[in-house]
Amino acid sequence: MNRGFSRTTGGKPLSSLNIRRQRAERRFRRIGLFGVGLALASVLFLLGTIFSSGYSAFWRLHFAVDIDFDPVLMNVSSDPSLEELRDVNYLALFRKNLERSYPEVKGRSERRKLAQMFSESVPDILESLVISNPSLVGSKQRIWVLSSSSAEMIYKGAAPRDIEETRRVLTDQQLTWLDQWQGENLTRTRFNFRFFTSGPSRSPELAGLGGAIVGSALTLLVTLLISFPMGVAAAIYLEEYAPKNRVSEIIEVNINNLAAVPSIIFGLLGLAVLLNVFGLPRGTPLVGGMVLSLMTLPTIIIASRAALKAVPPSIRDGALAMGASPMQTIFHHVLPLAMPGILTGTIIGLAQALGETAPLLMIGMFAFVADTPSGILDQASSLPVQIYLWAESSERGYVELTAAAIMIILVFLVFMNLLAVFLRKKFERRW
Amino acid sequence: MTIYLLAAILLVSLSGFYIGKNRASALVVGARIQSLPQYHGLRIALWCGLPALFLLGLWVVLEPFVIQSLVRNSLPPEFFNLSGDEAILAMMEISNLSQGIVGTQSGLPYAEEAASLLISMNQLSDYAMIVVVSVVSLSALVVAQSKVTADFPALESVEKAFNVFIFLSSAVAVLTTVAIVLSLLFESFKFFEQVPLHEFLFGLKWNPQIAIRADQGASTGAFGAVPVFSGTLLIAFVAILVAGPIGLASAVYFAEYANPRVRDVAKPMLELLAGIPTVVYGFFAALTVAPLVRELGLSLGLAVEARSALAAGIVMGIMIIPFISSLADDVITAVPQSLREGSYAMGATQSETIKYVIFPAALPGIVGAFLLAISRAIGETMIVAMAAGLNANLTANPLENVTTVTVQIVVALIGDQEFDDPKTLSAFALGLILFFMTLILNVFALMIVKRYREQYE
Repeated sequence: MNRGFSRTTGGKPLSSLNIRRQRAERRFRRIGLFGVGLALASVLFLLGTIFSSGYSAFWRLHFAVDIDFDPVLMNVSSDPSLEELRDVNYLALFRKNLERSYPEVKGRSERRKLAQMFSESVPDILESLVISNPSLVGSKQRIWVLSSSSAEMIYKGAAPRDIEETRRVLTDQQLTWLDQWQGENLTRTRFNFRFFTSGPSRSPELAGLGGAIVGSALTLLVTLLISFPMGVAAAIYLEEYAPKNRVSEIIEVNINNLAAVPSIIFGLLGLAVLLNVFGLPRGTPLVGGMVLSLMTLPTIIIASRAALKAVPPSIRDGALAMGASPMQTIFHHVLPLAMPGILTGTIIGLAQALGETAPLLMIGMFAFVADTPSGILDQASSLPVQIYLWAESSERGYVELTAAAIMIILVFLVFMNLLAVFLRKKFERRW
Repeated sequence: MTIYLLAAILLVSLSGFYIGKNRASALVVGARIQSLPQYHGLRIALWCGLPALFLLGLWVVLEPFVIQSLVRNSLPPEFFNLSGDEAILAMMEISNLSQGIVGTQSGLPYAEEAASLLISMNQLSDYAMIVVVSVVSLSALVVAQSKVTADFPALESVEKAFNVFIFLSSAVAVLTTVAIVLSLLFESFKFFEQVPLHEFLFGLKWNPQIAIRADQGASTGAFGAVPVFSGTLLIAFVAILVAGPIGLASAVYFAEYANPRVRDVAKPMLELLAGIPTVVYGFFAALTVAPLVRELGLSLGLAVEARSALAAGIVMGIMIIPFISSLADDVITAVPQSLREGSYAMGATQSETIKYVIFPAALPGIVGAFLLAISRAIGETMIVAMAAGLNANLTANPLENVTTVTVQIVVALIGDQEFDDPKTLSAFALGLILFFMTLILNVFALMIVKRYREQYE
């Protein structure tokens, strides 16, 4: 390459034409640099946006409440049985305790506003506390409970504070409570474990990715189990066995074209064939995995073929000369040498499959599934679909959840790609 | 049920493997054997497993159809006087009854009887399946293991099975393409029975309302796809306008100017853009870019809609930058060095060489890269589903909101699907057009790139 061409004019005085040409040269070079800069800036802008709006979802705001587990309030005997404790109206218990702690709050709507500062999960928390430790009955406890999403948004600065009351997520009164509790050390923040374990929820502060992560893992498992053996087998056929004829040519053209078919078309195929013709269960990791494996196959086949091609023919000739059959040659000699390349291609294919959303939407993997799926025949959600659903929710609390879920999926993708790079660097042999 | 049967087949295969292997190993003591013991075992395992599995699969797929038609034939003649919808309802009631779901009884006198027939048939079929599949698997075991002799070519049989397997695996790609085309065509035909083809291709109004009441009729829906196509092209055009210059400039910089160290760091970072899931771009477009574009427009006194084509197009453009830059980088690098040196020898500067020698030489490849990028932009779903409009709007103004083919497919299929409703079926007609559009673009692009490569080889 001819770097710094203009320098070659040496000591001669530059003519005006040459000066102009040099300027054009520099300008052109700067345009190229500008293009690269713009592209990289958009990567950083994208990642920056995601990170800055998502990191706050990893911790949750908690409020302290004083709860008097008074048997009278709970409407149970002083030494209650578990049965009795299960029947207690914990919501009423919580409301009555709030009335005691904040006697200055009068009127139904004011009290409701106060209760709305806390998460809807408070009654459940109280119940599980009492059930696991019945001796609490009769005692007074200070308990840390989740705040409501609205209060949390203001606390974190994700929702604007200095605007008129009607447009704010909290009322003026609620804002005063928040400030008051902050002053009295009745607030604290803790790591959001629930985000990794629980399923989706109508309340943003309770929603988590657990079910989606399991759903994605099951779907990818099905994808791997189908696409890896078939992809490698197809690559072996095309690279080692296929005669040079029309059939092989048609297969090759088809594989190249499939790699470029829009993903949503695979979703339509899954809907029309797998669900409607074969009657497989809708929205399950089984169907999702089958559709994604059709999409992943071309990637795996192309990568595996390249890996097989890189194994020198002398290896095959050597094995065949020793009396190995063609199949033995491939399994004992060629495939082990090609494996790092094949695995790299497989991981990259799976990484693509992990991020695919549209085909999963087509086959119905968007239902609100509160339970963690326990098998490939259960209705399930998946990471990218969960991101889509949260992104479409209008509540403000879901914005940080969406961004945080994206951070999680990006972590998975980075990890998979690093694994692929590592495999290639560590085991690849050059001949 | 099926799961247990699967496990049983697996167990028979596994024991077949060990029986074959042990019998063959015993032969080794006496004589020289043709195939290694494990291939005898493998051969028996395949015989025990494959036919039984095939039968099981066939059974599971066909059983519902056969049983349903048998039950249907057993129904009294008044059933066949029912209209189509009523007949479907009656069959559903029978199947519900057989599963113990007692819902609204329409009082069909024969429903109970038919339901009990259905139950007994299902049971019979299950028993028959167990018997037939296990007989097939076990008899295969008996026959196959009797053939374990010193000179039996077990390896050859296994090898034949392997050859069939790898051929079928590579044929899956062809089958997938055929299945895509057939399923899209089949559903589209149903659509075009209700909506005339010329209305779909040339109609200017797209409004696939579902009929809420029966008397509204399907006529309330309008299925003129022109605004949907125009929206798709408008967004793809904006995307190319963004990605084309940036991608090409980066490609030139990487191929001609950047020193290897910079290239090694910056190029993978740029290709990171290709690995990010599209749903992430969709979120980015809806959360950040769309409001930004809107505010910018408003400050300039332009009315920008919240879900403008411009915002979706810009983000889609960012997504396809790495496609254009790496493909164009490849074709630019492939231009023979001799052309560059010839140009330098004539006194041209580097930029002049690029503009007047390398670009013209690489043009076909660059055009191919652009076509691939356009095909990618047309088929992209999530960005537009999250950031573009849902309502069809025939306009060329990127500040308004437009919809795309992929968005309409998503809209039609999320929610209730009814496969006799033109709204649901329209998704397949749109999918068919989308498939052929991207197919033609891809084939054309690959052809150009291939011919270009041959030119310099």
